Amino acid sequence: MNVLEADSEKLLEAVLGLLKGKGVVTPEEITARIASTDSASPAQGARMVARAWTDPEYRALMLRDGTVAAEAMDIPMRGLPPLGVLENTDEVHNLVVCTLCSCYPRAVLGYPPFWFKSAAYRARAVRDPRGLIAEWGTTLPEGMQLRVVDSTADYRWMVLPRRPHGTEGWSVEQLAAIVREGDMIGVTIPSV
Amino acid sequence: MLAEGDRVRVKLDWPETRGPCHIRTPHYLRGREGVVERRLGSFRNPEDLAFARPAEERDLYHVRFDLPAIWQEADASEIVVCELIEQTYLLEDETSAGAGDVIVVELFEHWLEKLA
Amino acid sequence: MDLPEDQPRAHHDLGGVSKFMCEPVDTSRHALTEFDRTVDALRGLLGAKAVMSVDELRRGIEAIPEADYHRLSYYQRWIRSIADNLMVHGVLTEAELRAALEAK
Repeated sequence: MNVLEADSEKLLEAVLGLLKGKGVVTPEEITARIASTDSASPAQGARMVARAWTDPEYRALMLRDGTVAAEAMDIPMRGLPPLGVLENTDEVHNLVVCTLCSCYPRAVLGYPPFWFKSAAYRARAVRDPRGLIAEWGTTLPEGMQLRVVDSTADYRWMVLPRRPHGTEGWSVEQLAAIVREGDMIGVTIPSV
Repeated sequence: MLAEGDRVRVKLDWPETRGPCHIRTPHYLRGREGVVERRLGSFRNPEDLAFARPAEERDLYHVRFDLPAIWQEADASEIVVCELIEQTYLLEDETSAGAGDVIVVELFEHWLEKLA
Repeated sequence: MDLPEDQPRAHHDLGGVSKFMCEPVDTSRHALTEFDRTVDALRGLLGAKAVMSVDELRRGIEAIPEADYHRLSYYQRWIRSIADNLMVHGVLTEAELRAALEAK
């Protein structure tokens, strides 16, 4: 039998054992890496969005250079792919997909959700995008242009959603609390 | 070097029919015409990186395509009728995208031919 | 001209594929398992140590036969690609891996 067809859990265990024996990767390094990866979550992206909604200079920076804007919020970006930010406006709505694999702006949103990695999402986003976002109950206003961004290469993309009406006078913390993962990929729209 | 607004055609090429390869140009875009939005920078060619070969830096562009047009030319025998999702609906013109909807994709220079 | 739909397609290249057009998307939250997190961390470390690149990870995933590709979970594909790449680079040999698997 092809060793690669072994049970996945057993394969992982075997690989980890061999790598430990050879001094390539230690269990302690794995534990530390999990802890650092777990610390990235949609809350990071939400803080950026909330600041962009309240600070025009930061908004301009974010649209110009997402990586620098993330670093300005103490989000570690060193060695990671550049971050691009897609601006939703009254006329344009952005939707992010990776049809070839599952490229995701992990530094600012954390691990990709299950749906983003699914064959149905990857296949439909570029052909049935309006039917796809309807599965989240999202319908775009009449006349709004949809821009589907297929993340195929070296950038990672996040959406800067529009600030919902009814949030006038809110603090950045209050604003950040209403921004969800899906809002920053474009399958949903923030609301209050 | 391409500039913003340049009209380009994605090469009509199918490397996957010629043996092991790793390409970042989606199948659905081959041979399609689009417009350069901007240059994103230079990155090492993933087609070589994937095989741990020395990889040159290549220019990467964000290119915009008319979305409905990509699917309108699909073979009529491929028309999709969905009955599984809540209600039966036909993907009109093979897509649920509206007129004016676009798709924007990162493409490497060696996949793009500049049009006059 | 030969339209894309008429040409052979790599099975990971999913954009617009007709057979998935009517498939609903499972929008619910799925928690990651310990296995998922460990594989993710292993890939990150191997990248940071320049043992294998993300491009090589993708190549290894794309080399998984179609039926297995769709049957395996996201991180099950990853560990298979990681093991494949570690053998390609000679970090570990097939014989070592087979022995380690049989010792379980």
